[in-house]
Amino acid sequence: MNTHRLQAIAFTLVLSICASARASDLPETSIYHLDVEITDQRGTVQSLDAFRGHPVVFSMFYATCPNVCPVLISTIQMMERKLSPDELSKLRVILVSMDPENDTPQVLNQVAAKHGIDTDRWKLTRAAPQDVRKIAAVLGVKYRKLPDGEFNHTSVLTLVDGDGVVQVKSAKLPGIDDAFLRAIKEHI
Amino acid sequence: MATIGPGIFHSVISEDEGDNEIDLPVFLLDRRPVTNREFLQFIDTNPEWSRDHVIRLFADTGYLSHWISATELGPDVDAEQPLTHVSWFSATAYCEAKGARLPRWYEWEFAAAADVTRADARDDPIWRQQILNWYATPGGRSLAPIAQRAANFYGVYDLHGLVWEWVEDYNALLVAADSREQGGADKVRFCGAGALSMERKENYAILMRIAMLNSLEAAYTTRNLGFRCAADVLEGA
Repeated sequence: MNTHRLQAIAFTLVLSICASARASDLPETSIYHLDVEITDQRGTVQSLDAFRGHPVVFSMFYATCPNVCPVLISTIQMMERKLSPDELSKLRVILVSMDPENDTPQVLNQVAAKHGIDTDRWKLTRAAPQDVRKIAAVLGVKYRKLPDGEFNHTSVLTLVDGDGVVQVKSAKLPGIDDAFLRAIKEHI
Repeated sequence: MATIGPGIFHSVISEDEGDNEIDLPVFLLDRRPVTNREFLQFIDTNPEWSRDHVIRLFADTGYLSHWISATELGPDVDAEQPLTHVSWFSATAYCEAKGARLPRWYEWEFAAAADVTRADARDDPIWRQQILNWYATPGGRSLAPIAQRAANFYGVYDLHGLVWEWVEDYNALLVAADSREQGGADKVRFCGAGALSMERKENYAILMRIAMLNSLEAAYTTRNLGFRCAADVLEGA
């Protein structure tokens, strides 16, 4: 076996070790182990760890939802107003639609504009239907589509740390959940 | 797989106030639950799903704990017993590796309404009692091998009488019809079993199954919870 071949093998080994290191340096309970793609309101396709390194508030919604989802968005925005500019700059928000059939990037972009959402720090996203069910599973969200196109769903905010490990959940809507807000400040 | 449906049936879950008629498209369903032997073969080619390598997010510590090691069943486990100690994520991965998926609740409920000769035997009190007798049997004994009893109307085995089964939408079952979109502080949250809207309450065995599924998280495993796969019928196939 010549030297070049040995070097090539060694190089391949290093590459494969590096590739596996990325996933294995995440804690076992990190939701970023979930291998799904999300598409945001700009049409950018990313993995669930798009904001890795930042504390992220995750939740689920759908665009045509008449009451709860606007309340969910405004509740997160109310909490953001309790943060200092420096704290706010570090927080990220990812909302995943439970209605991927209808919530295209254009629709998600309209929702973002309507609610004055800071799209540098927030992502409104859709995923393939089978992946939406998996995301709901790691977030502990229950949802069911109804014949009229609406959804029954639980409204849960989930805070994950920079590695994607769930820190705290809140189902207290509307209004600010003080424990949840404290947890955000602690993880910034 | 068995081809089942399309069909219209009344689910025990109420979709909306007073309306529980489900228009179910045709689908394919495994005739048998997945066995220990089949899952061991899956792990052979997908070692990330062995109990030594699985990520804790996807399966709790009970995952495949009845096997003697990560890659061997051992003398106390029958290869033809239904696989149990399996999480929703791992069951989903198994079905996806076969180009399939887990059955959805309505599909499972539709298939499980059949007895040996009838597509929908749920109005027969004797049939309902047979199912209940299984639930009343103490769970301490070893599981029987699959397909020991007669197949049902569709040629599907063991929907009742052997194990509980994961469904794709296990986390969609107990969302109450009146829990959506109202403004009150108590109502914007999902209200849980107390707000459940259920029809056909005489069908107690199916309601128990829904309550059990609703209590699960996707990483949970138990010694009497298994699964089988389902698939869509491709257009023109």
